[in-house]
Amino acid sequence: MTDIQYLAPRTLDEAVQAFAASSGKGRILAGGTDLLVQMRAGTVTPHTIIDIKKIGEMTAIEETAGGGFRVGAGVSGAILREHPKLKKVWPGVVEAANLIGSTQIQGRATAGGNLCNGSPAGDSVPAMVAAGAIVTIQGPKGRRELPVEAVPKGPGRLNLEPGEIVVSFTLPARPKGSSDAYLRMIPRTEMDIAVVGCGVSLTLEKGVCTAARVGLGAVAPTVLLVEGAAKALIGSKLDEAALDKAANACRAACRPIDDKRGTIAYRTQIAGVLLKRTAAIAAERAGRN
Amino acid sequence: MSTTTTTTAGDDNKWIGKRTVRPDGADKVTGRAAYAADTNMPGMIWGKVLRSPHPHARIKSINTAKAEAHPGVKAVVTAKDVVDFPIAKSVMLGIQDMRWMCRNVMAREKALFVGHPVAAVAATSEKIAAEACKLIEVEYEVLPFVIDVEEAMKPDAPVLHDHITFEGKPSNIAGKLEHKLGDVGEGFAKADVIIERSFRTQPVHQGYIEPHACLVSVSDGKATIWSSSQGQFMVRAMCAYLTGIPQNDIRAIPAEIGGGFGGKTIVYLEPVATLLAKKSGRPVKMAMTRTEVFHASGPTSGSYSKVKLGATKDGKIVAGEGTYCLQAGALPGSPIRGAAGCAFAPYDIPNVHSVGYDVVSNRSKVAAYRAPGAPIGAYAVECVMDELAEALKMDPLQLRLKNAAKQGTKAAHGPTFPRIGFVETIEEAIAHPHYKTPLAKPKNGVLHGRGVASGFWFNAGGESSAQVNVNEDGTVVVITGHPDIGGSRASTANIVAEVLGIDYRKVSVLIGDTSVIGFSNLTGGSRVTYASAMVVTQSTENVIGQLKARAAKIWKIDPEAVIWENGEARPAGDNAGKFEPMTLGQLAAQANATGGPIGAGTQLNTTGAEGGFATHVCDVEVDPELGIVRVLRYTSFQDVGRAIHPGYVEGQMQGGAAQGIGWALSEEYIYDKNGKLDNPSFLDYRMPVTSDLPMLDTVIIEVPNPKHPQGVRGVGEVPLVPPLAAVSNAIHNALGQRFYSLPMSPPKVLAALESKTAKAA
Repeated sequence: MTDIQYLAPRTLDEAVQAFAASSGKGRILAGGTDLLVQMRAGTVTPHTIIDIKKIGEMTAIEETAGGGFRVGAGVSGAILREHPKLKKVWPGVVEAANLIGSTQIQGRATAGGNLCNGSPAGDSVPAMVAAGAIVTIQGPKGRRELPVEAVPKGPGRLNLEPGEIVVSFTLPARPKGSSDAYLRMIPRTEMDIAVVGCGVSLTLEKGVCTAARVGLGAVAPTVLLVEGAAKALIGSKLDEAALDKAANACRAACRPIDDKRGTIAYRTQIAGVLLKRTAAIAAERAGRN
Repeated sequence: MSTTTTTTAGDDNKWIGKRTVRPDGADKVTGRAAYAADTNMPGMIWGKVLRSPHPHARIKSINTAKAEAHPGVKAVVTAKDVVDFPIAKSVMLGIQDMRWMCRNVMAREKALFVGHPVAAVAATSEKIAAEACKLIEVEYEVLPFVIDVEEAMKPDAPVLHDHITFEGKPSNIAGKLEHKLGDVGEGFAKADVIIERSFRTQPVHQGYIEPHACLVSVSDGKATIWSSSQGQFMVRAMCAYLTGIPQNDIRAIPAEIGGGFGGKTIVYLEPVATLLAKKSGRPVKMAMTRTEVFHASGPTSGSYSKVKLGATKDGKIVAGEGTYCLQAGALPGSPIRGAAGCAFAPYDIPNVHSVGYDVVSNRSKVAAYRAPGAPIGAYAVECVMDELAEALKMDPLQLRLKNAAKQGTKAAHGPTFPRIGFVETIEEAIAHPHYKTPLAKPKNGVLHGRGVASGFWFNAGGESSAQVNVNEDGTVVVITGHPDIGGSRASTANIVAEVLGIDYRKVSVLIGDTSVIGFSNLTGGSRVTYASAMVVTQSTENVIGQLKARAAKIWKIDPEAVIWENGEARPAGDNAGKFEPMTLGQLAAQANATGGPIGAGTQLNTTGAEGGFATHVCDVEVDPELGIVRVLRYTSFQDVGRAIHPGYVEGQMQGGAAQGIGWALSEEYIYDKNGKLDNPSFLDYRMPVTSDLPMLDTVIIEVPNPKHPQGVRGVGEVPLVPPLAAVSNAIHNALGQRFYSLPMSPPKVLAALESKTAKAA
């Protein structure tokens, strides 16, 4: 192995500085559940590793003034699950993050890492997209914000400038009657990668859907925000016709590949099935809120 | 659901049939067990293999000069360093032909699959060895390739080996095996119902958790090999053949084995590491990555098969015909004997014709996998049996019962069965609560189904050696020559404790290396507990004879007048004289005064390992929207002869069922368009994980083997024979649709359901 410089800065400024200085040969270490595996497989050979887990802002979950949440990019799935309020307000986001890997992996794996790995099959990403999460990014030129769906560029590629680090996800406050859900299709029950992943967030008023967002994973080069599906749901009572329309919108949005994990036909078909099932769970939860 | 055990024999035993604590357990759970990669030596260097990137290419030249000059490199080997076994003459070692083994460990004339070793480097670090591999210049003439068995059999397919001909023409068909009984033409003429179907299965890997690894030191021409295998004597013999070092100069030391399932019955790294160690003068360690294990170690065959069964209206099967085409991988040797031989063996069918074809193609050479070939054979026959039962409107277990092989049945592969327990497996299944419990009604669109299937495996005897030594303190050490992959140490200790009449904890069982124990054949063929029991029993009985003689000497009476009971020597009766019984401990303490150390060894070529049978019942649920199949309940019924250690027997039964469910539902080798394996990892080669399976229930049936001192039959392989068809038949029961190709993965199930819906509309 090449000699690797390991840094564990205490501040975001130091981290950004070190990352920018690594001139493309640095990698951010959050949970490391992708990075270390890639290094072992020889697919990445970083010269500098910048561990962000000692930076307070990146490892905290804060409630925002309006009743939303700011979740540090370096918060592990296990910590997310244990937060007393988050899972009540955003159960879909929490369940999606908790599907990543095994129990042991949950102690390490983070939503920030999941997003920055750039895989279209990352489980937490469609749920974050459905949730309308805003990503805070810090780089050499300062801070900026992007909607989560704008961060991935393609498999393994991100719309980030050199030296930029994903700091946190901001999840908005929820009106009454809102909830979310995430489902994925995997051939096994655990320890697998999504063949299709679907996140749905919605708001119901007297049984009528007044707001909805749908995120779809593993069916295109990046996780998709499916606006057509949301439109089909909004204004409906989530009746069969509306769900069929939304399912078809999901299928129409799919641009999957045939590979060892699933066929084009299979992924396309399943995208619609999962939309209906996920929407039903989100609606059931929303009805209780 | 609890695991149940039916015991019909041996309740009066103190140790045989008891769930004694496993001797390897504490070391394994605390991480102390030493597997092959856990041994290190001073001065040790690392070996790495350069592998072919092409599925089929002639090797025109190999230039190793740059690699040899690379700092840190201590040795480079190619096929030139491996002993050549010319194509013209077969040299067999067990079921392996050294002509193919020498070409499998190092490509000679051609690279025959992606991952085929073409050279190896030993260097002071793994990194340097890997770098040096990249400096080796191999000139390839890339050739057209063929992966699938049906493609490989076509007349215009690229031919892998010039010397192989079939029916006078160059061919990829490397061998044919045929079993015939009666006249199938006459048999089918009598049938009222005939069903013929074709089936396809994919290659599946044994999936042992421990990758192949070894450490080899060569000094003064003598080699010491630490490696993980299913037979240290196999390692020694193969390395002797492939390196030219005589067997007396090779000491093969078996490491604790992290799973084998047949896949460690051949060598990959050991001869290469031996050559590198000899050349460099340094101990050499080699360990495969998981990717290398998938690319270059043996899965079992994929297959194409066709099976036809005919029965009269009353459900008597009158004829059976089967053709099995099995992928051998790059070099001949697929398990056609298991497929063609075991397929029809559970049934008393007067007319059988079963044919196997051994077909080479550009993928890694297959290795044994748990009842090699038999699951492929049974899959086709047992699925057709299900259709036959449906056509005859018979319960599928009743159809099996009506046609079950029993004592006196002549099997197509040769033997006339002695007392066997197949009927009992079916009867127990019929009577079991599992088979009587109604299936759940469809709920939320999820459908339920139940399937059954049976299976047979030959089982094996063969060569085993054992030494039983009484220690000075009255404890006992037993040495056998078999790596323990299924609980043989615990079983051996149970037997010795029982025969000697002493506490199990006073018996330690060790696995001897090739220099300390006599020749013992592989751990394979479900033979070890069977054969070990025979040599260990004989040795222990010899020890008891010595103990009685020692007591007789002390008491100054005739040895014939001494009996051995409950771990003590006693006078046979009052006529023999009145003496206090002497324990093993007391006799051991006086051993030197009464004639010296007490111990005995036995070496046998064991025979009489009679076949094993099982019947499985499987419940599934199918989500027709997603195409997902989940197994909800699974019960295996197996005649084991005698369960020496029921816990291990259940483990074998559960493990086989788990592997079979994976084979049926999710495991497969997927190749890309360039002939390269596309899923060489446990992420994408989908073996079931614990949460995918229900508790796998087991019913042990004991119909003792009359030819064995404890009644043992082989246990470890039969459990993998029925599951493929049991799962398939259960899916049919749920969906009303039959599948003829494995794995029945979600995309396949969904596509089949959609095409059915389309046809209906």
